Amino acid sequence: MNKTVFVGVLALAGMSASVAAAGLLDEVKTRGKLNCGVNAGLVGFAAPDANGEWGGFDVAVCRAIAAAVLDDPNAIEFVPTTAKTRFTALASGEIDVLARNTTWTFTRDVDLKFEFTGVNYYDGQGFIVRKDLGVSSAKELDGATICIQTGTTTELNLADFFRINNMDYDPVPIETEAEAQQQYLAGACDSYTTDASALAANRATFEDSANHIILPEIISKEPLGPLVRHGDNEWGDVVRWTLNALIAAEELGVTSANVAELASAPGSNPEINRLLGTEGTLGEMLGLQPDWAVKAISAGGNYGEIFEKNIGEATPIGLARGLNAQWTSGGLMYAPPFR
Amino acid sequence: MANVHYVRGAMIEQLEPPAASSGAAGWVRQNLFSSPLNAILSVLSLALVYSVIAALIPWLISPTWQASSLSECREILEGASGACWGVIRERWLQLLFGFYPSELYWRVVLDFLLLIVAVAPVLFTGLPRKMLIFSALYPFLMPWLLWGGTVWGPVVAALGFGLGYLAHKLAKAALGGLAAMILAVLVPVIWWLFLAGPVSEAVASVLPLALEPVESRNFGGFMLSITIGVVAIAISLPIGIVLALGRQSNLFIVRSLSVGFIEFIRGVPLITLLFVASTLLNIFMPPGTDFDIILRVIIMVTLFASAYMAEVVRGGLAALPKGQYEAADALGLDFWLAQRLIIMPQALKISIPGIVSTFIGVFKDTTLVSIIGLLDPIGLSNSIRADQSWNGIVWELYGFIALMFFIFCFSMSRYSMFLERKLRTGHR
Repeated sequence: MNKTVFVGVLALAGMSASVAAAGLLDEVKTRGKLNCGVNAGLVGFAAPDANGEWGGFDVAVCRAIAAAVLDDPNAIEFVPTTAKTRFTALASGEIDVLARNTTWTFTRDVDLKFEFTGVNYYDGQGFIVRKDLGVSSAKELDGATICIQTGTTTELNLADFFRINNMDYDPVPIETEAEAQQQYLAGACDSYTTDASALAANRATFEDSANHIILPEIISKEPLGPLVRHGDNEWGDVVRWTLNALIAAEELGVTSANVAELASAPGSNPEINRLLGTEGTLGEMLGLQPDWAVKAISAGGNYGEIFEKNIGEATPIGLARGLNAQWTSGGLMYAPPFR
Repeated sequence: MANVHYVRGAMIEQLEPPAASSGAAGWVRQNLFSSPLNAILSVLSLALVYSVIAALIPWLISPTWQASSLSECREILEGASGACWGVIRERWLQLLFGFYPSELYWRVVLDFLLLIVAVAPVLFTGLPRKMLIFSALYPFLMPWLLWGGTVWGPVVAALGFGLGYLAHKLAKAALGGLAAMILAVLVPVIWWLFLAGPVSEAVASVLPLALEPVESRNFGGFMLSITIGVVAIAISLPIGIVLALGRQSNLFIVRSLSVGFIEFIRGVPLITLLFVASTLLNIFMPPGTDFDIILRVIIMVTLFASAYMAEVVRGGLAALPKGQYEAADALGLDFWLAQRLIIMPQALKISIPGIVSTFIGVFKDTTLVSIIGLLDPIGLSNSIRADQSWNGIVWELYGFIALMFFIFCFSMSRYSMFLERKLRTGHR
């Protein structure tokens, strides 16, 4: 009953918001600032530095959108959101786009009236264990105590996984990631489970990181992506195609280093020309400048550059591309054609 | 016959008290080893204190002040355990000021220095009474310094109070007490709602006197905690007093409203009110309305503190003997005069410990705003950990935050003890 009422209120808010917010693109342009909801702090994905400048993999998406729409990757009001406040912040219109490692699920898309504009990171839930536990597969975790963040999809995935495999476990509920690290290192649990990207980031900070392994099983699908409200398709298109432009740029070999040169005159590849606005009118169709994609790519580089800079193998987090490689190299990153 | 002296003609030199009962040894013997059981307990306690300090001091004294990441700290320490103070060196300004523009830090610092000046004459009655004028002006000065913008906004807001006073004074002679009271409320409200905006804009266009505006989003760290705490503390006391009086009133509607408000707010956790402020209010208001999140939080925290304050003050009122009320009536004082001269000075004096502990509670409760995504010190500590260089640092950050809170809360409680001693007039 309570849930129905709550969802009803949310839906109503979503509807009324979408009615009044028709033309969010124009609103953002007149405002001169993009309100972007981000994680208040997730290693590699969103964090403020000592000067208060936000950076990270999700933040880079916001910067690309701001660059494409407003020609300034810094014209952003970053709104830190928590797992609990993120959806109301978006539904109520406090933020224009939510780029906060949010999993694309059926209910969030359909029931909460949001529109996922693509996937910028394919994640999945994994387990980390101490080497001396002598476990090499998650299926050997029968009877283990497991640290798990409450109130997340990971909690449900964990229950499903152990039920399917007919195993028992002893959950140790924890609230924040910092607490999970402390509990796991203090030996309060045999294993800690959360998204594999976060596990890698955590392991990188351990003093004896060589003594911990991330088990090979990935027990859930967590496609993370930016999302907007239902009902303003023009704005949704801007967000969707900005993300696609970053992904396509990597596929086509357009980088922050050569984008200015490629955009200065039409080249031999017509798709690059259309993407960069030297041919055709794609920018105009979106309601943006012809060189919108040039600005988006110059803001932080193409998808591959953003990945390498924030979470790639050269960083302490050291994530391999894996599923997030281009489709041409065996991954799932596949931007529809710019035509 | 020999002259027998049985009375001494001169004083004997006073002897030192026995070594076992004087000086350090005596104190130790009396306080720590007065009986075998006490001796055992003392030894055990000392051993415990020693083991804690012996473990803590080497950890605290750690040569990692210059480190720029956790891994660098570990290199410096070479396997020994020690704190990683580099994070405090790099981020202490952020923990204090949040994202406030660094070239404008002086405004925050000046604001809190002026706060001390404004509060001093209220706290210490020995200071010149003229300073109270500044204390009255400070509530309008503070938001201007923090948020910036045109100076005429706060000036016009202050003018509202002046108008109310004027209306009261003029109407009291012409129309009588009740009408004057109503006018004194109505005139400023009309002024603020309809006239203040245009007037301040008009004056600002003639004489633009403005500070660079800073958005609430940039508030963070201790500056945010102190802003929320100070405003809530300052406003909750008068509201609390009014509510406490309302609860004791003979007027049915006033009493029911006060009781309803107090019981409702006390029946709801602060977290819930904060969630209402951050999410529900947003949904109920028309989309696009930009009602400042910090203002919403301040309002909620103030209402919360007021309800508790009302009950604390009511406790003080209840502790006053009935004779005091009757004496005031017998002197022919009206309600407000009786409250001001006789009831409140005594009731508030009794309530001081309760009031101050409510203050301290409110100040510490401000850390709850991290749950709705505001970056107070606790929220910032999570953000700092999200920087790959500092991921994994826990105790250093929490220790620093705890130290800062301790300094504020401890000085508040010391002041309350000072005040109690000063006001002790010796009836009980």
